[in-house]
Amino acid sequence: MSINQKDIQKIAHLARINVSEEESRILETKLGSIMTMIDKMQEVNTDNVEPMSHALEVTQPLREDVVTEKDIRSNALELAPEVEQSTFIVPQVIE
Amino acid sequence: MINLSLKSLNQGLLEKKFSSVELTQFFLERVQKYNTDINAFITIDEEKSLAQAKHADTLIQSGKQSLLTGIPVAQKDIFCAAGWRTTCGSLMLDNFIAPYNATVIDKFNQVGAVNLGKTNMDEFAMGSSNETSYYGPVKNPWNHDLVPGGSSGGSAAAIAARLAPAATGTDTGGSIRQPASLCGFSGLKPTYGLVSRFGMIAFASSLDQAGPMAPSAEDCAVLLNVMAGHDEKDSTSINHDKEDYLVNLDQSVKGLRIGVPKEFFEEGLDGQVQQVIEDALNTYKKMGAELIDISLPNTHLAIPVYYVIAPAEASSNLSRYDGVRYGYRAKEYDDLMDMYFKTRQQGFGEEVKRRILIGTYVLSAGYYDAYYLKAQKIRQLISNDFKKAFQQCDVIMGPSAPSVAFKANEKKSDPLAMYLQDIYTISTNLAGLPGMSIPAGMVNNLPVGLQLIGNYFKESQMLNVAHAFQQETDWHQKVPKGVI
Repeated sequence: MSINQKDIQKIAHLARINVSEEESRILETKLGSIMTMIDKMQEVNTDNVEPMSHALEVTQPLREDVVTEKDIRSNALELAPEVEQSTFIVPQVIE
Repeated sequence: MINLSLKSLNQGLLEKKFSSVELTQFFLERVQKYNTDINAFITIDEEKSLAQAKHADTLIQSGKQSLLTGIPVAQKDIFCAAGWRTTCGSLMLDNFIAPYNATVIDKFNQVGAVNLGKTNMDEFAMGSSNETSYYGPVKNPWNHDLVPGGSSGGSAAAIAARLAPAATGTDTGGSIRQPASLCGFSGLKPTYGLVSRFGMIAFASSLDQAGPMAPSAEDCAVLLNVMAGHDEKDSTSINHDKEDYLVNLDQSVKGLRIGVPKEFFEEGLDGQVQQVIEDALNTYKKMGAELIDISLPNTHLAIPVYYVIAPAEASSNLSRYDGVRYGYRAKEYDDLMDMYFKTRQQGFGEEVKRRILIGTYVLSAGYYDAYYLKAQKIRQLISNDFKKAFQQCDVIMGPSAPSVAFKANEKKSDPLAMYLQDIYTISTNLAGLPGMSIPAGMVNNLPVGLQLIGNYFKESQMLNVAHAFQQETDWHQKVPKGVI
């Protein structure tokens, strides 16, 4: 399965990554060869095979909904690119 | 102090031959001296390391020590360590100071081990040569023109050059075992779920697993004793009975059934590497083990399956890097969307973006069944191969990597050639099995690793089997010229 420029623009948009025209040309070749390698999978008959999502047969554990962590609010806010009045600042999204 | 085992270092501390401060200072000086050249560490913080060493000395003074107390351990820069810059090898996290500890870091702190610094790695652990790091490539101490392997390349070079007595790594498709093979020491990827992933920056969550890296199997056992254990903070952590990985080390391998998969010795394996592996297998035979021919027929599908599953999970995991709450944000942008697009374009390197895009593609509407679901089904087939094999044998052995260390830039621009580095290691991650690499010989003065694959939770047995080999041979004690 080959990947064309249109595919690349579409997935780059979904992944929220800017891709320049030059990058897109390079990606077409490289992603194309990776997808060709991946396509080897299609030769295998997988009828009646259960998909495997986890190595061991385990179920999702549950725990009591209690606070276990100490408050690191101020440390967390210090890490943000832009903060005002204890909130993360992003470009205006609502007129 | 330079070439002592962890047990001997512990002995030295207890007998007051040296203090933890002296030991830490010694390794920090080595790092200062050699790191400019080798580039094994991204962050060094002498003040923090020495404060931990001082604390360790008081623990030892008051008799509250355990085996690793006061011993410096280099930490892969994928583990969050409170107050330490934690970059994951990426510009995206260049300014990130971890506000909390990964469970692995917590566990080392609890026993009074010293964090010697954060080691270089491929960006977000995506790579097999440490050439995708934002902080530049790492040199292989055996030959500076060659790569150390990856993604745990900084930890690997640190061990090989004896800049640290021990280190941690993580392994999603071979990132502990392949560098252990290329740099000539012992490295273990435990059963999926044995070591907590909490605070370990996620790449592919169903495959990622942390493990020890050190010269010998015995050292790895000492480290695993600290690292393993159930953690409520990681929902995929397994509640497995706590084991002491040191107690079975000295058992005999007489009667051990070693499965040798024919698929690991086919086209693609370097002839001289093959010879070393065959010699190692014969050593085991001489020690009383039995070699059994086995087959893992779906081995050739491991790479295609991995390059669907790992990028798919990565594309989801790395969606958190949006320039809003932490990490890199583009300097100039028009609106929120533009900020996301530019932040991620600039903050991620080429290989990471490639994998995010592949992952996004295989998960996108219309392709999910053909790729992701198909890959999960073949993952099951690969896992079944191992289940069948373990009915015939106790442990599986083969090469860890298809060749010895290769030249820098040799495979950098060819992703497919690079991906083949992990051809023998990836299938164990897909199956969730433990895998280990130990030094088995040399080709042209470069180390070759023998891979051991065990059944689920058989780490104790694998360490025993590796230790037995290291009683017969001294490959694990070899160091590059000029290091000692």
